[in-house]
Amino acid sequence: MSEYLVVFIGYLLMNNYVMGQTLGLCPFMGVSKRYDTAKGMGMAVIFVITLASFVTWLVNEYLLLPFGLEYMQTIAFILVIAVLVQIVEMALKKMLPVLYQALGVYLPLITTNCVVLGVTLDNASAEMNLLMSTFCGFAASVGFTFALLLFACIREKLALSKMPKWMDGFPGALIAAGLMAIAFKGFSGLSF
Amino acid sequence: MEIMIAALVLGAMGIVFGLVLTATSKIFAVPSDPRRDAVRDILPGANCGGCGYPGCDGCADAIASGKAPVDACPVCSAEVKAKIAEIMGQETPDASNRKIARVLCQGDCESAKQKFEYQGIQDCNAACTVGEGYKSCKFACLGLGTCVKVCPFDAIHINPETKLPVVDEEKCAACGKCVAACPKHVLELASVKNEVALLCRNTDKLKAVMDVCKTGCIGCQKCAKACKFEAITMVNNLPVIDYEKCRGCRMCAEACPTGAITALKPRQVAEIDQSGCIGCTICAKNCKFGAIEGSLKHPHKVNAACTGCGVCASKCPKKVITMKEATEPRDPKAAVEAAPVKPAEAPKA
Repeated sequence: MSEYLVVFIGYLLMNNYVMGQTLGLCPFMGVSKRYDTAKGMGMAVIFVITLASFVTWLVNEYLLLPFGLEYMQTIAFILVIAVLVQIVEMALKKMLPVLYQALGVYLPLITTNCVVLGVTLDNASAEMNLLMSTFCGFAASVGFTFALLLFACIREKLALSKMPKWMDGFPGALIAAGLMAIAFKGFSGLSF
Repeated sequence: MEIMIAALVLGAMGIVFGLVLTATSKIFAVPSDPRRDAVRDILPGANCGGCGYPGCDGCADAIASGKAPVDACPVCSAEVKAKIAEIMGQETPDASNRKIARVLCQGDCESAKQKFEYQGIQDCNAACTVGEGYKSCKFACLGLGTCVKVCPFDAIHINPETKLPVVDEEKCAACGKCVAACPKHVLELASVKNEVALLCRNTDKLKAVMDVCKTGCIGCQKCAKACKFEAITMVNNLPVIDYEKCRGCRMCAEACPTGAITALKPRQVAEIDQSGCIGCTICAKNCKFGAIEGSLKHPHKVNAACTGCGVCASKCPKKVITMKEATEPRDPKAAVEAAPVKPAEAPKA
């Protein structure tokens, strides 16, 4: 059980995909303007990555490995992710139109969110079992959402603060993101 | 051989996923408004955001759901708007009510005082950082052409004499880019139909304004008192014109001592078709300016006091009053008593 905790804390703080590995910066910068949209995006990403980890493990184990097609992982995983995102998009449009509206263009952009592909490829190379692989995906996406929500809080404050014109908007946000990444690096000293 | 396996596996995955997607799209099908797609197809597709919605898709959604008028897109041509109206089953919108950008400052080189001579970068944003601009009035247009640079329609130019921007009403598509770009906020989108407009944003009063600009609004409220249609209210020492109530009589522009409220169009006057007038006196009773003369059951005439407000034309039961452009200046002295017209001796049958 403790290894799950280690994986979870690791992906949440030390190996956070956004802050530690600078993956998935597009939605990180794009959807962090408002806390509510960031929350919606985070939930969608958690859902997609967890499901993608599960499905890609199956695809990898029962389709790619038996035929010796490990080199096709990237393209096969992208296919899986794209389909999953499409399904999530259709489901959201039907069931939660408000969230669908709020996410807007960023929902299809989960397809190209590097975190999703990064997590699934990492999982595949780590050769874990199905449960662990799915849990890794879940933990990584929670880590992504955690960073996104923290950043959204910072940006909501930033939007209200008086900034010099040249730093207003994205420049200031990028600097804040950099400072946040440094803070997350500080967690690498954590040991169990 | 290996490549065949790879192709087969991926192909099989593709087919399975395709079937899954088809099934889910059936399950989660959202009945969409066919009109929405039709509207989306004829919108420009430039996603300029001039309508205030996130791109053309957002605008099409709003139009189809009735949240936005059929002419919500400020950029597309009158024909496209007519087509959208046809799709939505509404009447073609009145193109004369379209919006244009308006410059809310008349402080040219002569009338507006300058604090200092600005020799920096020729851009309003840059000039703004130096003591809030070089003009004494902090609301004044700096005339360095930031709006000209952002206009995608080549519809705004700086007049070399006044150093103020002039909007080309024909070319302006009301995309709002100049309004957003102006650091002094002297541009706004307003209807081309507006007969009068306050071309000043200075919220100071009297001497404070007169010291910095000859054409600024001094907050004297003369316009508000002159308005007979209660269309003008004072907010922050500036008159706010309610264009729903404004009939374009220009009394405010005439009353304004500095010319901050300006008539934008030539004056209209009413003309009564003598052959059709039955002398009912309804026009004379409704005229607030005493500009209609004539006795009961005799054809009426419009005198030189007519302001062109058009109230008579809208009240005339026989629709024989037309509005035309004035050829002579208005003469307020020509006004007759607005008291009920005395009934003339009706010819006995």
